[in-house]
Amino acid sequence: MFENRQLTPRLEELRTQIRAYAVDFGLDFFEVIYELVDYDEMNMIASYGGFPTRYPHWRFGMQFEELQKSYSYGLSKIYELVINNDPCYAYLMRSNPEVDQKLVMSHVYGHSDFFKNNYWFSKTNRKMVDEMANHAVRVRRHIDKYGLDEVEQFIDVCLSLENLVDPHAPYFGEHKTSSEESREEQRLAATGTKFRTKPYMEEFVNPPQVLAAEKEVRLKELDREERFPAKPQRDVLTFLINHAPLRHWQRDVLEIIRDEAYYFAPQGMTKIMNEGWASFWHSKIMTTKALDSTEIIDYADHHSGTMGTRPGVLNPYKVGIELFRDIEERWNTGRFGPEYDACDDYSKRQSWDLKLGLGREKIFEVRKIYNDITFIDEYLTPEFCNQSQLFTYKFDRHAGNYVIDSREFKSIKEKLLDSLSNMGRPVINVDDGNFKNRGDLHMTHQYQGVPLKLDYARATLENIHKIWSRGVHLETEVDGKRKLLSYNGSRHEEKVLG
Amino acid sequence: MRGKIRENLKHYISRGELIARQGKNSVSVPLPQIDIPNFRFGKPEQGGVGQGPGEEGQPIGGEEAEAGPEAGDQPGEHVLEVDVSLEELAEILGEELELPNIEPKGTDSVHTMKERYTGIDSQGPESLRHFKRTFKAALKRQIQTGVYDPKNPIIIPMRDDRRYRSWKTQSIPQSNAVIIYMMDVSGSMGNEQKEIVRIESFWLDTWLKSQYENIETRYIIHDAAAKVVDAHTFFNVRESGGTKISSAYKLAKEVIEKEFPPSEWNIYPFHFSDGDNWGGDDTTLCMDILNEQLMPWSNVFCYGQVKSAYGSGQFIKDLREAFPDDDRMILSEINSRDEILNSLKTFLGKGR
Repeated sequence: MFENRQLTPRLEELRTQIRAYAVDFGLDFFEVIYELVDYDEMNMIASYGGFPTRYPHWRFGMQFEELQKSYSYGLSKIYELVINNDPCYAYLMRSNPEVDQKLVMSHVYGHSDFFKNNYWFSKTNRKMVDEMANHAVRVRRHIDKYGLDEVEQFIDVCLSLENLVDPHAPYFGEHKTSSEESREEQRLAATGTKFRTKPYMEEFVNPPQVLAAEKEVRLKELDREERFPAKPQRDVLTFLINHAPLRHWQRDVLEIIRDEAYYFAPQGMTKIMNEGWASFWHSKIMTTKALDSTEIIDYADHHSGTMGTRPGVLNPYKVGIELFRDIEERWNTGRFGPEYDACDDYSKRQSWDLKLGLGREKIFEVRKIYNDITFIDEYLTPEFCNQSQLFTYKFDRHAGNYVIDSREFKSIKEKLLDSLSNMGRPVINVDDGNFKNRGDLHMTHQYQGVPLKLDYARATLENIHKIWSRGVHLETEVDGKRKLLSYNGSRHEEKVLG
Repeated sequence: MRGKIRENLKHYISRGELIARQGKNSVSVPLPQIDIPNFRFGKPEQGGVGQGPGEEGQPIGGEEAEAGPEAGDQPGEHVLEVDVSLEELAEILGEELELPNIEPKGTDSVHTMKERYTGIDSQGPESLRHFKRTFKAALKRQIQTGVYDPKNPIIIPMRDDRRYRSWKTQSIPQSNAVIIYMMDVSGSMGNEQKEIVRIESFWLDTWLKSQYENIETRYIIHDAAAKVVDAHTFFNVRESGGTKISSAYKLAKEVIEKEFPPSEWNIYPFHFSDGDNWGGDDTTLCMDILNEQLMPWSNVFCYGQVKSAYGSGQFIKDLREAFPDDDRMILSEINSRDEILNSLKTFLGKGR
């Protein structure tokens, strides 16, 4: 179906060169397999999230149409596409000029290094290309058996819950089994209180009926204590997989959606770092090694294109690369630690240089253990905010548009961390799978000042109902009041909680 | 994608936005970005962090702000356009309405003669000479006769070597169809009524075009007098005046007689009106024309009555009385845009 995707001899030569540069700089990456594709193949692959095979679903077609349209109208163009996998797969656009190919290759080695070494990627499946293909087979099998419409509609329902996962869950052990076991032990150990006595008095001091009755009471207490789930669970998807009355194939589809959500989660958690890191390295490799003098203008044009900023949007490439550069600079000159923090002489701070040369080592360490939140929390400095002209904005109700709110370091950092927490999505927990003692599902939105979009919330509740098949409830805050949104399968209710 | 178009077919049919987007062979169907609902933040108050110059309190530009704090992760409310070929659209329509395929009448009796080059002959005009075959024949002959010399391979064709393409005349069963749209443009037909007719004819056109290779359309408008117009006029005209339906039927009859002999053509007259005719005499005249010419000639005669504020809607009753149980006549009342779909099904559901 496709043309030969192998690199041309010239590109192969470039690849070897750039790979060598990357290794020299100390990058430690999964081997990268580059494939050469046309724009429509690129759009096809991109609409599949970078994977050659996915399960069939209309949204991929929709994405493809959109990419295709916006490419043919010249509105957008996909430069690089790389998959977290071992080996890494990356795609090069056949029609790109050589300088772009070099840039993309350098950039991709940065990503591959990040995938391999960043802690938050450590739990992702490195054979995801295969896994995705397996998912496709499983879904197709269900389609053959139960019909396209039925399966596709169910996938729609599942996708609506896709973000109800706990991005941190893979890094903890499973709590659930241990707590279930301990409950079981307690249950076995439950007896009535025995008084010490002589054997012949046993029957009278500790009458068996009384002991049995006491044991009964204990067990009942245990049952009552045993909440379901034991503690609020953020991984709603897994809860549903384990406890919702689903048919076999439905459970399988839901598992697929969850697995893919967990696979993609680290990319959402490290957007700024990942792009920053890759950009840092493409810029380093290109400007110090790979760039031919005739290509400088084109390179600068394309590089600045990716780094471009617009007032209302934070460009992760730009913030990321600048922060990495800032960190390198600070650790090279020793602008960190108590002495530097304590110094309040502006000119002294400006010329502070301990000639430590620790920068390179530091950024490699940073790329290993941080994610966007901890990265911003740790390394965003007032100087950096100032230099990068960061600001917070808010919605001005009178003017009906967004206005710059503040340029204060504290509020910028707060706002930024806010928007990054849980990848900018609301945190929702399941806290009772037997609400009102009638098998209803009760969830709570951890309200942090921003209300939910209510029409979407209601539609989502309907979808959860399709899975849980009994009443579903969501506690959240609307206009400053605690409210319980409920859906029982036929109508929505809203109750103000006292 | 097709599934989504199908789901929204009713919506598209009743809106008529498709017609404006009609290209040569395809229609671009606007698909609203279909959002899968999930728990998300209500946007406006959320705000976020941006980058760039500016004083506090300065607006940062409307559109960019839409994207929110994560660059372009949230899809905006834009509309996606998908190109669908007219054939595919007809197919979707057909599947959705469960329309039977039309069995063209007279496929056995109507034939066209067509020349097809199928064979080779030793005689013919020079303009049809088949060089390769001629060469081969000469080569064969030279080898047979021993004149051929592999070291000096010169081939000289003689008169007898010459080969020519030859043709056979085949008769091909032909299915031609003509749609004659007639519309009442008298004063009582308002813009809304015409819009309904316009939308309905677009879909009729789409379906019938998918059923016949060769399709012609004629447009007739009438008030008290009728005339043949082009499509543009048909859909945009504003007339006023009384109504003589017979004038349209007469004209349709003439058009058919002149251009489309009923023995060779599948004829589909569609007439749309608000059902307000001028006097009983004219109605009687209409019935006569229908009975004697139009009905026997046509595959099916369709009358769609659009509800208007002024029309009495009498005509459909008259037709019903005049042709009870005649399945060459299909009647449909269209009271609002939502009923276009049903009406299409009524018109096309018989497979004639």
